[in-house]
Amino acid sequence: MIEFEGVAKRFDDGTLAVRGVDLVIPSHQVTVFVGSSGSGKTTLLRMINRMVEPTSGVVSIDGEDVAALDPVALRRRIGYVMQSAGLLPHRRVLENIVTVPRLNGMGRSEATELGLTLMDTVGLDRDLAGRYPNQLSGGQQQRVGVARGLAVDPNILLMDEPFGAVDPIVRADLQTELLRLQGELGKTVVFVTHDIEEAFLLGDQVVILADGGVIAQRGAPADILAAPASEFVADFIGADRGRRALRVEHRGGVAVVVDSNGRPAGVLTEDAAPS
Amino acid sequence: MNLFADAFAWLASPEQHTGGDAIAVRLGEHLLYSAIAVLISAAIAVPIGYVIGHTGRGKQVAVAFSGAARALPSLGLLTLLTLFVGIGQAPMAATIVFVVLGVPSVLAGTYAGVEAVDERVVDAARAMGMTEWQILWRVEAPIGLPLLIGGLRSATLQIVSTAVLAAYVGLGGLGTYILRGINLNDYVQMLGGAIVIVALALVLDAAFSLTAWLAESTTRHRPGNAAKPAVVSHTHPQEGTS
Repeated sequence: MIEFEGVAKRFDDGTLAVRGVDLVIPSHQVTVFVGSSGSGKTTLLRMINRMVEPTSGVVSIDGEDVAALDPVALRRRIGYVMQSAGLLPHRRVLENIVTVPRLNGMGRSEATELGLTLMDTVGLDRDLAGRYPNQLSGGQQQRVGVARGLAVDPNILLMDEPFGAVDPIVRADLQTELLRLQGELGKTVVFVTHDIEEAFLLGDQVVILADGGVIAQRGAPADILAAPASEFVADFIGADRGRRALRVEHRGGVAVVVDSNGRPAGVLTEDAAPS
Repeated sequence: MNLFADAFAWLASPEQHTGGDAIAVRLGEHLLYSAIAVLISAAIAVPIGYVIGHTGRGKQVAVAFSGAARALPSLGLLTLLTLFVGIGQAPMAATIVFVVLGVPSVLAGTYAGVEAVDERVVDAARAMGMTEWQILWRVEAPIGLPLLIGGLRSATLQIVSTAVLAAYVGLGGLGTYILRGINLNDYVQMLGGAIVIVALALVLDAAFSLTAWLAESTTRHRPGNAAKPAVVSHTHPQEGTS
Protein backbone atom coordinates (compact mmCIF):
# COMPACT_ATOMS: atom_id res chain seq x y z
CA MET A 1 0.00 0.00 0.00
CA ILE A 2 1.27 3.43 -0.99
CA GLU A 3 -0.02 6.41 0.94
CA PHE A 4 0.10 10.15 0.25
CA GLU A 5 -0.60 12.38 3.24
CA GLY A 6 -0.96 16.12 2.72
CA VAL A 7 1.58 16.00 -0.11
CA ALA A 8 2.42 19.23 -1.91
CA LYS A 9 5.14 20.18 -4.36
CA ARG A 10 6.32 23.63 -5.32
CA PHE A 11 9.09 23.63 -7.92
CA ASP A 12 12.06 25.99 -7.76
CA ASP A 13 10.46 28.24 -10.37
CA GLY A 14 7.48 28.75 -8.06
CA THR A 15 5.01 26.48 -9.89
CA LEU A 16 2.72 24.69 -7.50
CA ALA A 17 2.54 21.28 -9.19
CA VAL A 18 0.73 19.35 -6.47
CA ARG A 19 -1.25 20.75 -3.56
CA GLY A 20 -2.44 18.87 -0.52
CA VAL A 21 -2.95 15.39 -1.94
CA ASP A 22 -4.25 12.66 0.38
CA LEU A 23 -4.48 9.32 -1.34
CA VAL A 24 -4.26 5.61 -0.66
CA ILE A 25 -3.03 3.32 -3.43
CA PRO A 26 -4.07 -0.24 -2.59
CA SER A 27 -1.67 -3.12 -3.21
CA HIS A 28 -1.99 -5.57 -6.11
CA GLN A 29 -4.24 -3.25 -8.07
CA VAL A 30 -3.84 -0.80 -10.91
CA THR A 31 -4.24 2.83 -9.93
CA VAL A 32 -4.29 5.31 -12.81
CA PHE A 33 -3.49 9.01 -12.44
CA VAL A 34 -5.20 10.79 -15.28
CA GLY A 35 -5.21 14.47 -16.12
CA SER A 36 -4.05 16.95 -18.73
CA SER A 37 -0.55 18.37 -18.75
CA GLY A 38 0.10 20.53 -15.70
CA SER A 39 -2.12 18.39 -13.48
CA GLY A 40 0.88 17.12 -11.53
CA LYS A 41 0.24 13.46 -12.31
CA THR A 42 3.84 12.65 -13.23
CA THR A 43 5.15 14.66 -10.28
CA LEU A 44 2.92 12.62 -7.98
CA LEU A 45 4.15 9.37 -9.51
CA ARG A 46 7.81 10.35 -9.24
CA MET A 47 7.43 11.11 -5.53
CA ILE A 48 6.94 7.40 -4.91
CA ASN A 49 10.53 6.54 -5.93
CA ARG A 50 11.94 9.88 -4.75
CA MET A 51 12.70 11.16 -8.25
CA VAL A 52 10.82 14.19 -6.94
CA GLU A 53 10.90 15.22 -3.27
CA PRO A 54 7.66 16.64 -1.88
CA THR A 55 7.85 20.17 -0.46
CA SER A 56 5.57 19.08 2.35
CA GLY A 57 3.67 15.96 3.35
CA VAL A 58 4.61 12.31 3.57
CA VAL A 59 4.72 9.55 0.99
CA SER A 60 4.92 6.10 2.52
CA ILE A 61 5.13 2.53 1.25
CA ASP A 62 3.64 -0.08 3.59
CA GLY A 63 3.84 2.43 6.40
CA GLU A 64 7.48 3.34 5.75
CA ASP A 65 8.20 7.00 4.99
CA VAL A 66 10.15 6.98 1.70
CA ALA A 67 12.05 10.13 2.75
CA ALA A 68 13.85 7.96 5.32
CA LEU A 69 14.98 5.42 2.70
CA ASP A 70 18.10 5.53 0.55
CA PRO A 71 16.90 6.70 -2.88
CA VAL A 72 19.10 4.30 -4.84
CA ALA A 73 18.03 1.27 -2.79
CA LEU A 74 14.39 2.40 -2.97
CA ARG A 75 14.48 2.81 -6.77
CA ARG A 76 16.09 -0.59 -7.24
CA ARG A 77 13.11 -2.33 -5.69
CA ILE A 78 10.54 -0.35 -7.69
CA GLY A 79 9.99 -0.98 -11.39
CA TYR A 80 9.89 2.12 -13.57
CA VAL A 81 8.63 2.29 -17.13
CA MET A 82 8.67 5.59 -18.96
CA GLN A 83 7.43 7.07 -22.21
CA SER A 84 9.55 6.15 -25.24
CA ALA A 85 11.15 3.51 -23.00
CA GLY A 86 14.35 5.45 -22.12
CA LEU A 87 16.48 2.44 -23.02
CA LEU A 88 20.27 2.69 -22.92
CA PRO A 89 21.16 3.17 -26.60
CA HIS A 90 24.62 1.61 -26.28
CA ARG A 91 23.43 -1.60 -24.63
CA ARG A 92 21.74 -4.55 -26.30
CA VAL A 93 18.15 -5.51 -25.52
CA LEU A 94 19.13 -8.25 -23.09
CA GLU A 95 21.65 -6.03 -21.27
CA ASN A 96 19.01 -3.32 -20.98
CA ILE A 97 16.50 -5.68 -19.42
CA VAL A 98 18.86 -6.98 -16.74
CA THR A 99 20.58 -3.67 -15.96
CA VAL A 100 19.35 -3.52 -12.36
CA PRO A 101 19.87 -7.19 -11.46
CA ARG A 102 23.42 -6.83 -12.81
CA LEU A 103 23.95 -3.68 -10.69
CA ASN A 104 22.77 -5.73 -7.73
CA GLY A 105 25.49 -8.26 -8.47
CA MET A 106 23.69 -11.02 -10.37
CA GLY A 107 26.06 -13.20 -12.41
CA ARG A 108 26.14 -12.99 -16.18
CA SER A 109 24.68 -16.40 -16.99
CA GLU A 110 21.91 -16.12 -14.41
CA ALA A 111 21.09 -12.64 -15.74
CA THR A 112 20.95 -13.92 -19.32
CA GLU A 113 18.53 -16.66 -18.28
CA LEU A 114 16.38 -14.12 -16.41
CA GLY A 115 16.44 -11.68 -19.33
CA LEU A 116 15.31 -14.30 -21.83
CA THR A 117 12.51 -15.41 -19.52
CA LEU A 118 11.35 -11.82 -19.17
CA MET A 119 11.37 -11.44 -22.95
CA ASP A 120 8.94 -14.36 -23.08
CA THR A 121 6.84 -12.76 -20.34
CA VAL A 122 6.35 -9.52 -22.26
CA GLY A 123 5.93 -11.23 -25.62
CA LEU A 124 9.26 -10.40 -27.23
CA ASP A 125 10.93 -12.78 -29.65
CA ARG A 126 14.16 -14.09 -28.07
CA ASP A 127 15.91 -13.44 -31.40
CA LEU A 128 15.80 -9.74 -30.55
CA ALA A 129 18.04 -10.17 -27.47
CA GLY A 130 21.17 -9.08 -29.33
CA ARG A 131 19.65 -6.04 -31.01
CA TYR A 132 20.28 -2.45 -30.03
CA PRO A 133 17.23 -0.37 -29.04
CA ASN A 134 17.27 1.77 -32.19
CA GLN A 135 16.92 -1.40 -34.25
CA LEU A 136 13.51 -2.09 -32.69
CA SER A 137 10.04 -0.69 -33.43
CA GLY A 138 8.46 1.67 -30.90
CA GLY A 139 6.19 -1.07 -29.57
CA GLN A 140 9.08 -3.51 -29.18
CA GLN A 141 11.11 -0.88 -27.32
CA GLN A 142 8.19 -0.35 -24.97
CA ARG A 143 8.01 -4.09 -24.29
CA VAL A 144 11.71 -4.03 -23.46
CA GLY A 145 10.95 -1.14 -21.10
CA VAL A 146 8.27 -3.20 -19.34
CA ALA A 147 10.56 -6.23 -19.12
CA ARG A 148 13.25 -4.01 -17.57
CA GLY A 149 10.72 -2.66 -15.09
CA LEU A 150 9.88 -6.22 -14.05
CA ALA A 151 13.48 -7.43 -13.85
CA VAL A 152 13.87 -7.24 -10.06
CA ASP A 153 10.38 -8.70 -9.56
CA PRO A 154 9.28 -5.51 -7.79
CA ASN A 155 6.08 -5.25 -5.78
CA ILE A 156 5.51 -1.82 -7.23
CA LEU A 157 5.57 -0.87 -10.90
CA LEU A 158 5.47 2.80 -11.85
CA MET A 159 4.45 3.53 -15.44
CA ASP A 160 4.73 7.09 -16.73
CA GLU A 161 2.69 7.37 -19.95
CA PRO A 162 4.39 4.21 -21.17
CA PHE A 163 2.27 3.85 -24.28
CA GLY A 164 2.09 7.53 -25.19
CA ALA A 165 4.57 7.40 -28.05
CA VAL A 166 3.26 4.42 -30.04
CA ASP A 167 0.52 4.33 -32.65
CA PRO A 168 -3.06 3.44 -31.61
CA ILE A 169 -3.01 -0.15 -32.88
CA VAL A 170 0.20 -0.98 -31.06
CA ARG A 171 -1.06 0.85 -27.99
CA ALA A 172 -4.22 -1.24 -27.85
CA ASP A 173 -2.05 -4.32 -28.16
CA LEU A 174 0.25 -3.22 -25.32
CA GLN A 175 -2.72 -2.35 -23.11
CA THR A 176 -4.16 -5.82 -23.59
CA GLU A 177 -0.76 -7.31 -22.80
CA LEU A 178 -0.49 -5.24 -19.64
CA LEU A 179 -3.91 -6.44 -18.45
CA ARG A 180 -2.88 -10.04 -19.14
CA LEU A 181 0.42 -9.54 -17.30
CA GLN A 182 -1.27 -7.89 -14.35
CA GLY A 183 -3.71 -10.81 -14.18
CA GLU A 184 -0.70 -13.13 -13.79
CA LEU A 185 1.57 -10.99 -11.63
CA GLY A 186 -0.77 -8.88 -9.48
CA LYS A 187 1.68 -6.01 -8.97
CA THR A 188 0.84 -2.71 -7.35
CA VAL A 189 0.79 -0.67 -10.54
CA VAL A 190 0.67 3.12 -10.62
CA PHE A 191 0.02 4.29 -14.15
CA VAL A 192 0.03 7.84 -15.50
CA THR A 193 -1.82 8.84 -18.64
CA HIS A 194 -3.65 11.79 -20.16
CA ASP A 195 -6.02 9.45 -21.99
CA ILE A 196 -9.25 8.83 -20.08
CA GLU A 197 -10.10 5.80 -22.24
CA GLU A 198 -6.78 4.21 -21.24
CA ALA A 199 -7.45 5.10 -17.60
CA PHE A 200 -10.89 3.44 -17.63
CA LEU A 201 -9.55 0.42 -19.47
CA LEU A 202 -6.60 -0.28 -17.16
CA GLY A 203 -7.54 1.19 -13.80
CA ASP A 204 -9.06 -0.62 -10.83
CA GLN A 205 -8.91 2.82 -9.24
CA VAL A 206 -8.86 5.98 -11.35
CA VAL A 207 -7.65 9.27 -9.89
CA ILE A 208 -8.68 12.29 -11.96
CA LEU A 209 -6.39 15.26 -11.37
CA ALA A 210 -7.30 18.85 -12.13
CA ASP A 211 -4.93 21.64 -13.05
CA GLY A 212 -2.37 22.39 -10.35
CA GLY A 213 -2.35 18.97 -8.71
CA VAL A 214 -5.77 18.70 -7.07
CA ILE A 215 -7.70 15.44 -6.98
CA ALA A 216 -11.00 16.08 -8.77
CA GLN A 217 -12.37 12.59 -8.17
CA ARG A 218 -11.20 9.08 -7.44
CA GLY A 219 -12.92 5.76 -7.58
CA ALA A 220 -13.66 2.76 -9.76
CA PRO A 221 -14.30 3.68 -13.41
CA ALA A 222 -17.95 2.64 -13.22
CA ASP A 223 -18.52 4.78 -10.11
CA ILE A 224 -16.96 7.81 -11.76
CA LEU A 225 -19.12 7.28 -14.85
CA ALA A 226 -22.23 6.80 -12.74
CA ALA A 227 -21.67 9.92 -10.69
CA PRO A 228 -19.14 12.49 -11.92
CA ALA A 229 -18.26 14.61 -8.90
CA SER A 230 -18.16 17.90 -10.76
CA GLU A 231 -18.59 19.70 -14.05
CA PHE A 232 -14.86 19.33 -14.57
CA VAL A 233 -14.98 15.55 -14.21
CA ALA A 234 -18.06 15.25 -16.41
CA ASP A 235 -16.29 17.31 -19.05
CA PHE A 236 -13.05 15.39 -18.70
CA ILE A 237 -14.63 11.96 -19.09
CA GLY A 238 -16.69 13.20 -22.01
CA ALA A 239 -20.13 12.79 -20.38
CA ASP A 240 -21.31 16.20 -21.50
CA ARG A 241 -20.30 15.57 -25.10
CA GLY A 242 -22.73 12.72 -25.24
CA ARG A 243 -20.13 10.01 -25.71
CA ARG A 244 -20.97 8.43 -22.37
CA ALA A 245 -24.75 8.75 -22.57
CA LEU A 246 -25.74 5.64 -24.46
CA ARG A 247 -29.21 4.44 -25.36
CA VAL A 248 -30.60 1.44 -27.11
CA GLU A 249 -32.26 1.53 -30.52
CA HIS A 250 -33.81 -1.51 -32.13
CA ARG A 251 -32.84 -2.31 -35.70
CA GLY A 252 -34.43 -5.41 -37.17
CA GLY A 253 -34.79 -7.09 -33.81
CA VAL A 254 -31.20 -6.32 -32.70
CA ALA A 255 -30.57 -3.92 -29.85
CA VAL A 256 -28.02 -1.37 -31.12
CA VAL A 257 -26.40 0.91 -28.56
CA VAL A 258 -25.94 4.49 -29.80
CA ASP A 259 -24.59 7.63 -28.17
CA SER A 260 -26.53 10.85 -27.88
CA ASN A 261 -25.38 11.93 -31.33
CA GLY A 262 -26.85 8.76 -32.78
CA ARG A 263 -23.48 7.17 -33.52
CA PRO A 264 -23.49 3.40 -32.95
CA ALA A 265 -21.25 2.18 -30.13
CA GLY A 266 -22.09 -1.53 -30.30
CA VAL A 267 -24.87 -4.03 -29.92
CA LEU A 268 -26.46 -5.52 -26.82
CA THR A 269 -25.76 -9.23 -26.81
CA GLU A 270 -27.40 -10.47 -23.65
CA ASP A 271 -29.54 -8.59 -21.24
CA ALA A 272 -26.59 -8.33 -18.83
CA ALA A 273 -27.68 -11.65 -17.37
CA PRO A 274 -25.46 -12.92 -14.58
CA SER A 275 -23.45 -15.77 -15.97
CA MET B 1 58.31 22.37 -58.57
CA ASN B 2 62.06 22.42 -58.36
CA LEU B 3 61.82 23.36 -54.70
CA PHE B 4 59.61 20.33 -53.97
CA ALA B 5 61.97 18.02 -55.83
CA ASP B 6 64.86 19.45 -53.83
CA ALA B 7 62.90 19.05 -50.60
CA PHE B 8 62.23 15.40 -51.31
CA ALA B 9 65.86 14.91 -52.26
CA TRP B 10 66.77 16.52 -48.93
CA LEU B 11 64.43 14.12 -47.13
CA ALA B 12 65.99 11.14 -48.87
CA SER B 13 69.63 12.12 -48.42
CA PRO B 14 71.65 9.97 -45.99
CA GLU B 15 72.64 12.98 -43.82
CA GLN B 16 69.02 13.32 -42.66
CA HIS B 17 69.00 9.75 -41.37
CA THR B 18 72.13 9.56 -39.25
CA GLY B 19 73.34 11.24 -36.10
CA GLY B 20 71.62 13.37 -33.47
CA ASP B 21 69.91 15.53 -36.08
CA ALA B 22 68.32 12.63 -37.97
CA ILE B 23 64.67 13.00 -38.94
CA ALA B 24 63.77 9.96 -36.85
CA VAL B 25 65.31 11.58 -33.75
CA ARG B 26 63.53 14.89 -34.33
CA LEU B 27 60.29 13.05 -35.05
CA GLY B 28 60.69 11.14 -31.79
CA GLU B 29 61.22 14.37 -29.83
CA HIS B 30 58.27 15.97 -31.53
CA LEU B 31 56.00 13.02 -30.78
CA LEU B 32 57.19 12.83 -27.19
CA TYR B 33 56.43 16.50 -26.46
CA SER B 34 53.07 16.20 -28.19
CA ALA B 35 52.11 13.00 -26.42
CA ILE B 36 53.04 14.37 -22.98
CA ALA B 37 51.08 17.56 -23.64
CA VAL B 38 48.01 15.67 -24.90
CA LEU B 39 48.07 13.33 -21.90
CA ILE B 40 48.34 16.20 -19.42
CA SER B 41 45.58 18.10 -21.26
CA ALA B 42 43.35 15.04 -21.04
CA ALA B 43 44.18 14.48 -17.37
CA ILE B 44 43.10 18.05 -16.62
CA ALA B 45 40.21 18.49 -19.03
CA VAL B 46 38.42 15.13 -18.98
CA PRO B 47 37.51 15.11 -15.26
CA ILE B 48 36.44 18.77 -15.41
CA GLY B 49 34.45 18.10 -18.58
CA TYR B 50 32.67 15.18 -16.91
CA VAL B 51 31.77 17.29 -13.88
CA ILE B 52 30.44 20.09 -16.10
CA GLY B 53 28.57 17.70 -18.38
CA HIS B 54 27.05 15.66 -15.57
CA THR B 55 26.02 18.53 -13.31
CA GLY B 56 25.30 21.05 -16.05
CA ARG B 57 27.12 23.64 -13.92
CA GLY B 58 30.18 25.72 -14.71
CA LYS B 59 29.74 25.66 -18.46
CA GLN B 60 29.89 29.46 -18.77
CA VAL B 61 33.17 29.53 -16.87
CA ALA B 62 34.58 26.77 -19.05
CA VAL B 63 33.54 28.51 -22.26
CA ALA B 64 35.06 31.81 -21.11
CA PHE B 65 38.27 30.10 -20.02
CA SER B 66 38.51 28.13 -23.27
CA GLY B 67 38.01 31.25 -25.35
CA ALA B 68 40.72 33.08 -23.43
CA ALA B 69 43.14 30.14 -23.64
CA ARG B 70 42.59 29.82 -27.37
CA ALA B 71 43.17 33.51 -27.90
CA LEU B 72 46.64 33.44 -26.32
CA PRO B 73 49.42 33.59 -28.93
CA SER B 74 51.51 30.47 -28.35
CA LEU B 75 54.83 31.94 -29.39
CA GLY B 76 54.40 34.96 -27.11
CA LEU B 77 53.33 32.78 -24.21
CA LEU B 78 56.30 30.46 -24.75
CA THR B 79 58.77 33.36 -24.80
CA LEU B 80 57.26 34.89 -21.71
CA LEU B 81 57.14 31.62 -19.77
CA THR B 82 60.69 30.67 -20.72
CA LEU B 83 61.98 34.05 -19.56
CA PHE B 84 59.94 33.64 -16.40
CA VAL B 85 61.05 30.11 -15.42
CA GLY B 86 64.53 30.39 -16.95
CA ILE B 87 65.93 28.74 -20.06
CA GLY B 88 66.91 25.66 -18.04
CA GLN B 89 63.23 24.98 -17.44
CA ALA B 90 62.31 25.40 -21.10
CA PRO B 91 60.74 21.91 -21.38
CA MET B 92 58.29 22.85 -18.65
CA ALA B 93 57.47 26.17 -20.31
CA ALA B 94 56.90 24.46 -23.66
CA THR B 95 54.71 21.78 -22.09
CA ILE B 96 52.58 24.41 -20.35
CA VAL B 97 52.07 26.24 -23.65
CA PHE B 98 51.01 23.06 -25.44
CA VAL B 99 48.69 22.07 -22.58
CA VAL B 100 47.04 25.51 -22.62
CA LEU B 101 46.44 24.87 -26.30
CA GLY B 102 45.08 21.35 -25.79
CA VAL B 103 42.81 21.75 -22.76
CA PRO B 104 39.98 23.77 -24.42
CA SER B 105 39.39 21.22 -27.18
CA VAL B 106 39.41 18.22 -24.86
CA LEU B 107 37.20 20.04 -22.36
CA ALA B 108 34.66 20.99 -25.02
CA GLY B 109 34.62 17.48 -26.47
CA THR B 110 34.15 15.89 -23.06
CA TYR B 111 31.25 17.98 -21.82
CA ALA B 112 29.62 18.12 -25.23
CA GLY B 113 29.67 14.31 -25.25
CA VAL B 114 27.99 14.06 -21.87
CA GLU B 115 25.51 16.81 -22.69
CA ALA B 116 24.54 15.09 -25.92
CA VAL B 117 23.14 12.10 -24.03
CA ASP B 118 19.33 12.12 -24.23
CA GLU B 119 18.12 13.41 -20.88
CA ARG B 120 15.34 10.82 -20.84
CA VAL B 121 17.99 8.11 -20.92
CA VAL B 122 19.75 9.67 -17.93
CA ASP B 123 16.41 10.09 -16.17
CA ALA B 124 15.55 6.43 -16.76
CA ALA B 125 18.98 5.34 -15.51
CA ARG B 126 18.50 7.33 -12.31
CA ALA B 127 14.91 6.14 -11.86
CA MET B 128 15.93 2.49 -12.01
CA GLY B 129 18.47 3.03 -9.26
CA MET B 130 21.85 3.87 -10.75
CA THR B 131 24.07 6.00 -8.52
CA GLU B 132 25.42 9.25 -9.97
CA TRP B 133 28.79 7.54 -10.55
CA GLN B 134 27.14 4.67 -12.34
CA ILE B 135 25.20 7.11 -14.52
CA LEU B 136 28.45 8.84 -15.43
CA TRP B 137 30.54 5.71 -16.08
CA ARG B 138 27.97 3.37 -17.53
CA VAL B 139 25.77 5.79 -19.45
CA GLU B 140 27.22 9.23 -20.08
CA ALA B 141 30.90 8.35 -20.59
CA PRO B 142 30.40 5.53 -23.12
CA ILE B 143 27.71 7.39 -25.05
CA GLY B 144 29.80 10.58 -25.10
CA LEU B 145 33.02 8.78 -26.07
CA PRO B 146 33.00 9.65 -29.80
CA LEU B 147 32.77 13.38 -29.02
CA LEU B 148 35.52 13.07 -26.42
CA ILE B 149 37.73 11.40 -29.02
CA GLY B 150 36.89 14.25 -31.38
CA GLY B 151 38.15 16.70 -28.75
CA LEU B 152 41.37 14.71 -28.29
CA ARG B 153 41.79 14.67 -32.04
CA SER B 154 41.66 18.42 -32.49
CA ALA B 155 43.84 18.96 -29.41
CA THR B 156 46.43 16.55 -30.82
CA LEU B 157 46.48 18.21 -34.21
CA GLN B 158 46.87 21.67 -32.72
CA ILE B 159 49.62 20.54 -30.38
CA VAL B 160 51.49 18.64 -33.10
CA SER B 161 51.49 21.68 -35.36
CA THR B 162 52.42 24.06 -32.54
CA ALA B 163 55.15 21.80 -31.17
CA VAL B 164 57.29 23.29 -33.95
CA LEU B 165 57.86 26.06 -31.41
CA ALA B 166 59.83 23.68 -29.17
CA ALA B 167 62.85 24.30 -31.39
CA TYR B 168 62.54 28.00 -30.68
CA VAL B 169 63.62 27.41 -27.07
CA GLY B 170 66.26 24.86 -28.02
CA LEU B 171 64.29 21.66 -27.42
CA GLY B 172 64.57 20.16 -30.88
CA GLY B 173 61.66 18.45 -32.52
CA LEU B 174 60.69 18.82 -36.16
CA GLY B 175 60.66 22.59 -35.79
CA THR B 176 64.46 22.43 -35.75
CA TYR B 177 64.53 22.17 -39.55
CA ILE B 178 62.14 25.03 -40.02
CA LEU B 179 63.87 27.33 -37.58
CA ARG B 180 67.29 26.51 -39.00
CA GLY B 181 65.95 26.92 -42.51
CA ILE B 182 64.66 30.38 -41.65
CA ASN B 183 67.99 31.39 -40.15
CA LEU B 184 69.97 30.07 -43.13
CA ASN B 185 67.46 31.14 -45.78
CA ASP B 186 67.42 27.44 -46.64
CA TYR B 187 63.97 26.94 -48.20
CA VAL B 188 64.68 23.32 -49.07
CA GLN B 189 65.28 22.38 -45.45
CA MET B 190 62.24 24.43 -44.33
CA LEU B 191 60.00 22.71 -46.84
CA GLY B 192 61.45 19.29 -46.01
CA GLY B 193 60.68 19.81 -42.31
CA ALA B 194 57.20 21.11 -43.12
CA ILE B 195 56.46 18.05 -45.23
CA VAL B 196 57.35 15.72 -42.35
CA ILE B 197 55.09 17.71 -39.98
CA VAL B 198 52.19 17.65 -42.42
CA ALA B 199 52.63 13.92 -42.95
CA LEU B 200 52.69 13.36 -39.21
CA ALA B 201 49.50 15.38 -38.72
CA LEU B 202 47.74 13.47 -41.48
CA VAL B 203 48.76 10.10 -40.06
CA LEU B 204 47.57 11.05 -36.56
CA ASP B 205 44.32 12.43 -37.93
CA ALA B 206 43.67 9.19 -39.78
CA ALA B 207 44.42 7.20 -36.60
CA PHE B 208 41.88 9.28 -34.67
CA SER B 209 39.29 8.89 -37.42
CA LEU B 210 39.68 5.16 -37.17
CA THR B 211 39.40 5.19 -33.37
CA ALA B 212 36.31 7.41 -33.47
CA TRP B 213 34.74 5.15 -36.05
CA LEU B 214 35.40 2.10 -33.89
CA ALA B 215 33.98 3.83 -30.82
CA GLU B 216 30.85 4.81 -32.71
CA SER B 217 30.27 1.40 -34.17
CA THR B 218 30.47 -0.19 -30.73
CA THR B 219 28.25 2.33 -28.97
CA ARG B 220 25.72 2.40 -31.83
CA HIS B 221 23.97 5.48 -30.68
CA ARG B 222 24.86 7.97 -33.36
CA PRO B 223 21.95 9.44 -35.32
CA GLY B 224 23.40 7.85 -38.45
CA ASN B 225 22.44 4.45 -37.09
CA ALA B 226 18.97 5.57 -36.15
CA ALA B 227 18.15 5.93 -39.82
CA LYS B 228 18.82 2.25 -40.47
CA PRO B 229 16.16 0.29 -38.55
CA ALA B 230 13.91 0.24 -41.60
CA VAL B 231 15.93 -2.75 -42.72
CA VAL B 232 15.26 -4.75 -39.59
CA SER B 233 11.71 -3.63 -38.88
CA HIS B 234 10.25 -5.55 -41.79
CA THR B 235 11.90 -8.77 -40.72
CA HIS B 236 10.20 -8.59 -37.33
CA PRO B 237 6.78 -7.15 -37.98
CA GLN B 238 5.22 -8.55 -34.83
CA GLU B 239 4.05 -5.16 -33.58
CA GLY B 240 2.41 -3.87 -36.70
CA THR B 241 0.45 -6.96 -37.57
CA SER B 242 -0.78 -8.18 -34.22
